[in-house]
Amino acid sequence: MTSLMQAAETTSWNGIGTSARRPDGLLKVTGRFSYSSDLWVEGAVFAVTVRSPHAAARIVSVDVSRALALPGVRAVLTHEDVPGAKTYGMKLADQPVLAVDQVRYHGEPVALVAADDPQTARRAADLVHVEYAPYEPVTDPEAALLPGARPVLGSDNLVRHVKIRHGDLVAARELAEVVVSGDYEVGMQDQAFLGPESGLAIPSEDGGVELYVSSQWLHKDLEQLAPCLGLPPDKVRLTLAGVGGAFGGREDLSVQAHACMLALRLGRPVRMVYSREESFFGHVHRHPARMHFEHGATRDGKLVYVRARLLLDGGAYTSTSPVVIANACYFAAGAYEVPHAQIDGLAVYTNNPPCGAMRGFGAVQSAYGVESNLDRLARELAMDPLELRMRNAMRTGTVLPTGQEVDGPAPVRELLASLQERPLPAEATGERDLRTLPGGVANTTHGEGLRRGIGYAVGVKAIGYSGGVDDVSTACVTLEVAGGRPVVSVHTAAAECGQGVTTVQAQIAGTELGVTRVVVVPADTRVGDAGSASASRMTWMSSGAVQGACRLVARDVLARAARVSGRPATVLALVHDGVVDSLTGDRVCSIVDLLGDDRIEHVHEYHHRPTQGIDPETGQGDAHIAFAFAAHRAVVEVDVELGLVKVVELATAQDVGKAMNPLAVEGQIEGGSAQGLGLALMEELVVDDSGRLRNPSFTDYLIPTMLDVPPMPISLFELPHPDSPYGLNGVGEPPTLSSTPAIVNAVRAATGLDLPRAPVRPEHLTGTMPAGNRAATPAALPAVTPPPGTAPGGQPTRARH
Amino acid sequence: MVFLHATSLADAVAALSAHPGAVPIAGGTDVMVEVNFDRRRPAALLDLTRVPELSRWWVEDGRVRLGAGIPYARVIAELGDRLPGLAMAARTVGSPQIRNRGTVGGNLGAASPAGDSHPPLLAAGAEVELVSNRGRRRVPVCEFYTGVKRNVLAPDELIEAVWVDSVAGPQQFSKIGTRNAMVISVAAFALALHPERQQVGTGIGSAAPTPRRAREAEELLAGELDAAGLWESRGPLPATLAEEFGSRVCAAAAPIDDVRGSAAYRVHSLRVMARRTLTWAWNDYRKAA
Ligand SMILES: Cc1cc2nc3c(=O)[nH]c(=O)nc-3n(C[C@H](O)[C@H](O)[C@H](O)COP(=O)(O)OP(=O)(O)OC[C@H]3O[C@@H](n4cnc5c(N)ncnc54)[C@H](O)[C@@H]3O)c2cc1C
Repeated sequence: MTSLMQAAETTSWNGIGTSARRPDGLLKVTGRFSYSSDLWVEGAVFAVTVRSPHAAARIVSVDVSRALALPGVRAVLTHEDVPGAKTYGMKLADQPVLAVDQVRYHGEPVALVAADDPQTARRAADLVHVEYAPYEPVTDPEAALLPGARPVLGSDNLVRHVKIRHGDLVAARELAEVVVSGDYEVGMQDQAFLGPESGLAIPSEDGGVELYVSSQWLHKDLEQLAPCLGLPPDKVRLTLAGVGGAFGGREDLSVQAHACMLALRLGRPVRMVYSREESFFGHVHRHPARMHFEHGATRDGKLVYVRARLLLDGGAYTSTSPVVIANACYFAAGAYEVPHAQIDGLAVYTNNPPCGAMRGFGAVQSAYGVESNLDRLARELAMDPLELRMRNAMRTGTVLPTGQEVDGPAPVRELLASLQERPLPAEATGERDLRTLPGGVANTTHGEGLRRGIGYAVGVKAIGYSGGVDDVSTACVTLEVAGGRPVVSVHTAAAECGQGVTTVQAQIAGTELGVTRVVVVPADTRVGDAGSASASRMTWMSSGAVQGACRLVARDVLARAARVSGRPATVLALVHDGVVDSLTGDRVCSIVDLLGDDRIEHVHEYHHRPTQGIDPETGQGDAHIAFAFAAHRAVVEVDVELGLVKVVELATAQDVGKAMNPLAVEGQIEGGSAQGLGLALMEELVVDDSGRLRNPSFTDYLIPTMLDVPPMPISLFELPHPDSPYGLNGVGEPPTLSSTPAIVNAVRAATGLDLPRAPVRPEHLTGTMPAGNRAATPAALPAVTPPPGTAPGGQPTRARH
Repeated sequence: MVFLHATSLADAVAALSAHPGAVPIAGGTDVMVEVNFDRRRPAALLDLTRVPELSRWWVEDGRVRLGAGIPYARVIAELGDRLPGLAMAARTVGSPQIRNRGTVGGNLGAASPAGDSHPPLLAAGAEVELVSNRGRRRVPVCEFYTGVKRNVLAPDELIEAVWVDSVAGPQQFSKIGTRNAMVISVAAFALALHPERQQVGTGIGSAAPTPRRAREAEELLAGELDAAGLWESRGPLPATLAEEFGSRVCAAAAPIDDVRGSAAYRVHSLRVMARRTLTWAWNDYRKAA
């Protein structure tokens, strides 16, 4: 640990299941928390990125002479200065550290400038002269797949085609008495975290580098970074600096390689902090999606089949697109029992901004499609949309389109029922406070044009890594005596992104070791991999690791206590900084006496149960470790004349397995629901036909304010998960899945409009979208074919009823 | 960068004529954004926040003289009764922080077509008082804006105050944004009824290169109210008149498509806002009898 970082310390005992306060909470709300953008050391220079103004161009020449000539400028680097590998990437190393001979998206890094201060660096960046020969960008994801389309990267523009073939679609179409289909679109959402990409790189004496950075996964950063620097991994040491939000946007590298290569070149510390505008170019976004869904059902509302085609625009580089599209496909049937499925998902390259991980990871887009089409089906059946959902709700034992049987709790019907039972917010009467109306204090209505609508949606997503990945998480736990008191230190590489993993780690150590004082030391790469703060996995995986390490420490302590006391270790327990006999309740000894000057330390590596990859042709395989579910009911008021929406209430029901920290769980649910609200009504990065980002600012990329976010009552279900530490389940992503379609379904109910696209704009509600902005382009579905290896008439489902 | 600060209006005016390129800064909520984003690198800033003349208001001959440096928060707190249209607009500006710092003078200085002060000032028939070493002049606000983010200010001139008739009739302001708070207007409309002179004032925001009045709408409405004797009778407003008024307001707009909204939506929303604000204002007028 260096003086740059602070450990998180808790000094009052808070076991699991309590709403323990965050150790960093007070610092954060009083503005004293040190984020990665606040780091500074003597002698540090400041670096900025020169980025491409074009979405597609050949680089003719780069002239850095004028920039270098500016007083105060220390270095200007281009791809020629990258010490090692020229490219990196999450799944494929295809993204240049600095553009080599061409640029593939608006905002791609081309050069770096380091100077004594930020102003000089920015001015010098303007003086770097790059000559571009622009060419026609590929910006339409559908057109990118057509024969003859210019390949953005590699040989064609297909990143991955995921196929899921389940049951017998030919037979299913015969069975279906009602068929509805629709085209749906989701715009490009941004993670909109408030802490911009930033870090501090300090060259070390051994020729290596220390990097303090905000990240979601230090070890994956290291794996990608070290080759680019031409250094062995042990010479590149990463420490997690204060993270100002992540939501997927900090999985890919941003400043990491740039800051380090400058620090190594200059032999001086280098700071980088993106501006707000640069931040919008500095991370991947949520994939925009064009989707076609077709559902077949019986007259009485039993789903027979789903057919879907999902097209995700991956932008210029691969990032995590191959797994985002897989995840979108896995859950394209929704949280329902659907015996027959044919799902095709395509992720493509274009010259649009690269897209990758964002909370929900593909399942947000498919949940929007499936939940939208379900409401359409309900209308066709003249059935209550909630009733339709309950009738088809997935349950334990349901077989997914991937052939896997859902084990563990699957309380979809129960979640929906709890929403149904919740009383509706009262309809307002009399003169109303403007803040309760669409438009708020902007005074657009006093009640004119208002219509209320109610919408439901439910979502399912896998927790943790799927498809055969052996996921690991490591923790090192130490027990010693300091200042006359026992202290537990927990050391992991787990990224605290604001989700509260630090708090939970301290709670677990307190629970397992009965110790009051717990120190969670800063996350870094000196300890083993913790895996990513993504896939709603961190609390699960890190809890497994911390619990495991604590139990090894406890075993040693109790063995000592057994020796000292002559009682069997099996009756001894750790409570209140001491050892008690759990049969008699006697205090046997204190940890202080037992340990003296010794320290007990253990490392534990946790793995979840093994999974399989899916078959490339049929998508069949037991790919997932667990499933999590959330459902929403949205109540909206729409000013149908002006197309303005006020969400009146957004109720969530979610199964969390075990609420390790109920307050933190509520925070995740509220945050995820609000992010879904943003996608439903306002959040979209607008990319024009030339591939340029039109609104890289919080002036024009709107996220919900206090007046947009309604009361959000929550029903928490705690059905213990069989395979996880303490029975917990992942909680971060599920509320983001169903929030968006619940709100849009409510707006549809209020207006009677189809509204294929999210976010819904006032123009969509008032028929004032400019001509030329197409609605969802209908995508041709592949022909219905019996999946290979399926016997005609074979029984495709093993669902228990 | 030179930082000048003045403690009286005379000092400020003198400093500006001595440093012709100096950029006046009041709340800084526009200036500092431009400086921080490196869109503007002024050689000198002239701080106006300590000029007492700019932060006072008073009433003179039935007109409110509003110092250019008064922030929105004070307009809301102190002038809701005398300048209701402007106060309603002020309530919609940014966030509490921005309303504490941002000023009406700064809004005029920036002259953005989306500035929220402009429509109510246009509707109320305000005048902008400008001052320089060469003297003072008053410009009707409808002649103040000359283009996108441009106004009649000479390089050595400061905005000293705006003069607005203390309210005699109902005023309304309505603004469209794509979220329910802290949003730049997609379209805005202000209406003032002036029963004492049987006239109508309007102001349109974000729907043309400059904020502007809808003169034909004003004339139509004033004329029809007059012809039907409604100013005196305070009878109900014919629905067709409200509709026709809305159409004329739309006809005065010349909006564009941009990331915030489509031209068609801007026109559509102006029609609705014009109709609704007229209905509310007329109801207020009737109730006031
Ligand atoms: C987060 C945010 C939200 C915002 N939301 C809104 C909104 O909802 N509605 C809206 O209308 N605006 C909004 N703005 C813009 C801004 O707050 C307003 O335009 C405000 O009125 C500017 O006032 P100011 O005193 O801060 O001006 P400053 O930034 O100090 O100055 C603005 C311009 O006016 C000039 N100037 C200032 N005072 C004088 C003077 N006395 N004489 C001559 N020139 C002068 C300056 O030189 C400069 O060109 C927002 C800004 C931010 C940062």
